[in-house]
Amino acid sequence: MTDSTHAQNPAPSLKYYQKGTFTVGNRLVADAERAVQSSPERSNALTSGHRACQGCGEALGARYAIDAAMRATGNDMIAVNATGCLEVFTTPYPETSWQLPWLHSLFGNAAAVATGVAAAMRVKGKKTRVIAQGGDGGTTDIGFQCLSGMFERNDDVLYICYDNEGYMNTGVQRSSATPPAARTATTPALGPEPGNVFGTGKFVPKIAVAHNIPYVATATVADLHDLERKVIKAMGIHGARYIQINVPCPLGWGAPSSDTIKLARLAVECGLYPIFEAEHGRITAARKIRRRIPVRDYLILQKRYAHLFRNGEDDPRVARLQAICDAHIADYGLLGDDEA
Amino acid sequence: MDHDFAITLDVGSSAANHTGSWRTFRPEYVRRLPPCNAACPAGEDIQGWLSFAEAGDYEAAWRALTQNNPLPAVMGRVCYHPCETACNRGAIDAAVGVNAVEHFLGDMALAKGWKFTPPGHKTCTKVLVVGAGPAGLSAAYHLALLGHAVTIKEAGPAPGGMMRFGIPKYRLPRDVLDAEVARICDLGVRIEYNQKVSDLQATMAEGGFDAAFLAVGAHIAKRAYIPAGEATKILDAVQVLASMEGEEKPLLGRRVVVYGGGNTALDVARTAKRLGAEEAIIVYRRTREKMPAHDFELEEALEEGVMLKWLSTIKHVAAGSITVEKMTLDETGFPQPTGEFETLEADSVVLALGQDVDLSLLDGVPGLEIENGVVKVGPDMMTGASGVFAGGDMAPSERTVTVAVGHGKKAARAIDAFLRGGIYTPGPKHELASFERLNSWYYGEAPQTVRPTLEIARRSSTFEEVVRGLDESTALYEARRCLSCGNCFECDNCYGVCPDNAVIKLGPGQGFKFNYDFCKGCGLCASECPCGAIAMAPEEI
Repeated sequence: MTDSTHAQNPAPSLKYYQKGTFTVGNRLVADAERAVQSSPERSNALTSGHRACQGCGEALGARYAIDAAMRATGNDMIAVNATGCLEVFTTPYPETSWQLPWLHSLFGNAAAVATGVAAAMRVKGKKTRVIAQGGDGGTTDIGFQCLSGMFERNDDVLYICYDNEGYMNTGVQRSSATPPAARTATTPALGPEPGNVFGTGKFVPKIAVAHNIPYVATATVADLHDLERKVIKAMGIHGARYIQINVPCPLGWGAPSSDTIKLARLAVECGLYPIFEAEHGRITAARKIRRRIPVRDYLILQKRYAHLFRNGEDDPRVARLQAICDAHIADYGLLGDDEA
Repeated sequence: MDHDFAITLDVGSSAANHTGSWRTFRPEYVRRLPPCNAACPAGEDIQGWLSFAEAGDYEAAWRALTQNNPLPAVMGRVCYHPCETACNRGAIDAAVGVNAVEHFLGDMALAKGWKFTPPGHKTCTKVLVVGAGPAGLSAAYHLALLGHAVTIKEAGPAPGGMMRFGIPKYRLPRDVLDAEVARICDLGVRIEYNQKVSDLQATMAEGGFDAAFLAVGAHIAKRAYIPAGEATKILDAVQVLASMEGEEKPLLGRRVVVYGGGNTALDVARTAKRLGAEEAIIVYRRTREKMPAHDFELEEALEEGVMLKWLSTIKHVAAGSITVEKMTLDETGFPQPTGEFETLEADSVVLALGQDVDLSLLDGVPGLEIENGVVKVGPDMMTGASGVFAGGDMAPSERTVTVAVGHGKKAARAIDAFLRGGIYTPGPKHELASFERLNSWYYGEAPQTVRPTLEIARRSSTFEEVVRGLDESTALYEARRCLSCGNCFECDNCYGVCPDNAVIKLGPGQGFKFNYDFCKGCGLCASECPCGAIAMAPEEI
């Protein structure tokens, strides 16, 4: 086709599957490059008929994570669940949505129960792997002591926290994972400082890193490939592991059910929710922002922040939230080479 | 069933709980019209044939393409690709190089010798096509595929019309044109050369034709009155470009002035440079922004050293020189004289001021109406005379090869309906897949590939083709840049993002369907569908 008199462009690499880089699957790529979720053989750990709200981010995140873990373990695993939305909407007695062995005890003891299950498997000489899971309330508040103990003993459990930033099941109360300025039932948009306080913060992934456990990661339902990779990687490691997944809640955040993934995406793209990995106490990788946006574009889509945008001008707290994003971007190195 | 103590219900799966009853909106798979297809004057299903090319099935792509356009190798070279102007990818990085992929497919078909599949049945009807230009060839092709016997009567000695006698070789090599015409003739289309039709009714009666499609083009150069001295050389663009096909090349001299601002003016100036002119100057009365010629052609001409004199009109032509008057644009954008004059050296002046249609063959055809120098046609391309259809440059429209090919197809379908005693009604169009319908997050960054161009030095002296084709890897890459606007490309997003497992994957090529027993109507599938192929419709409650 070409001869020496024609200035031929270097053939662009086909590594971009222009339609497949970010999608769940793609008819043009090899099976190995498709997400677990694209497979008709996925285990559907959390099957149909569950009572989660329309567009539930937690139902989605839980199926993403557990399906990936089941593939990684050849389905030889047990899940222990803390009390919370995920437990309530999947197992109204005597019905279950779980298609794997699944155990629920109390709100605050999922990490401890999982430790016990892992110990029992070891005693019985089985290779069955154990995952503990819960929402942010059961993890960062009520279950925190058991979680820290599990980390400190380096028990062979992957703990997954589905972080929807509040106690959504009981009527949207504040948790220690609720972001500043967000309105909840217990932090109403009233008074001189409406919404949640700008406290000192309690970001459990960093606390987990401080335990020097083998693996810590954050993930988001907006990046399925990244989420599945992290779960599969975690299942390849023994010892205490922690993954926290950002799962928007249409009800608690005050957003249309169709915006769940979009909100998760924007939370990452503005820098408010840093996505990173750490091994043995050191941060090893951060997911770069692809299309940076101001935090305002993320906040304004949610009714829990509506009080920040009343009266035609932005509340000064929007700038404070932006400062948090900017600090994340600097601390975790979230910008790509082009933007940094 | 016996229950343990204090247990009254059976253990069961939540799948018994049909959450579909919660739904107020239901998702539905839809097809929307990609903007490229909407913009294509030839009515190609561009997104459709690109989807085959993406998978590397080039023959299937070519077959899908040629369902609408029998001249892909020609089209890949001469089309002004309105599809690329409309392409949604333009809002992400740059439009998909549709024209370049078409060029590649057209060339591959010629290299591999792919043929059209002849129709399974023949009708007993005969159709006359007048003119073997793009409109006539396209109509003949589609009529032949519909089983009709087609005869083309062509006034000239060779097929192609303006594709041969208007478009220079460096843009369209003649072997490419000849090969694509030959493939149409292989379907049984007869072309009779040097057969100028001067009396349509007599020709139709004589040949026993049941219908006719007229596509004689516009070959009469428009003239402008310019005072000229003796021994001046004033030619017209049609004459210059047509004579390039003959043995004797036109003698234009060392300094050539071309008058006009269309693509034809550029073609003449670039041809003059290749014939050895030291200077080729285009004189145009308005500005670059107002010039009807396409930007990329102007760029190529400028690269080759063609000069432009904006805001100027020719007032007088003398032997060896011309006088131009400077113009200024008034507030309506119309050029007004300034009274300032300038003299340019010129051995010849070529007028490229547009063309008129030779309508003499229509004399005495009853019912036929002429308006503004072109034939009036209805939406089905039929003229006022029953059974006589017209298209291409002789019908009112933009005068491009692609428009002509589209006319030919449309007329062929209308003629087929007419011959069966019906009226052709095109199917309803899908809603447009506009950029707002897409979720562009899912498309990776991938810059456009540019076709290699011939070195400038060789462009000034030879008629070698300037823009060359892509090779296979670049063509595949370019095809895969398509966003598949409005049409499912099986990315599995809906299947993945449903929190309720309410999407059923039907397997490769089969797409998906919704399981309405469990779909709660959250709308995540619709908002995360990259290409806008899911719509949410209110549920009737």
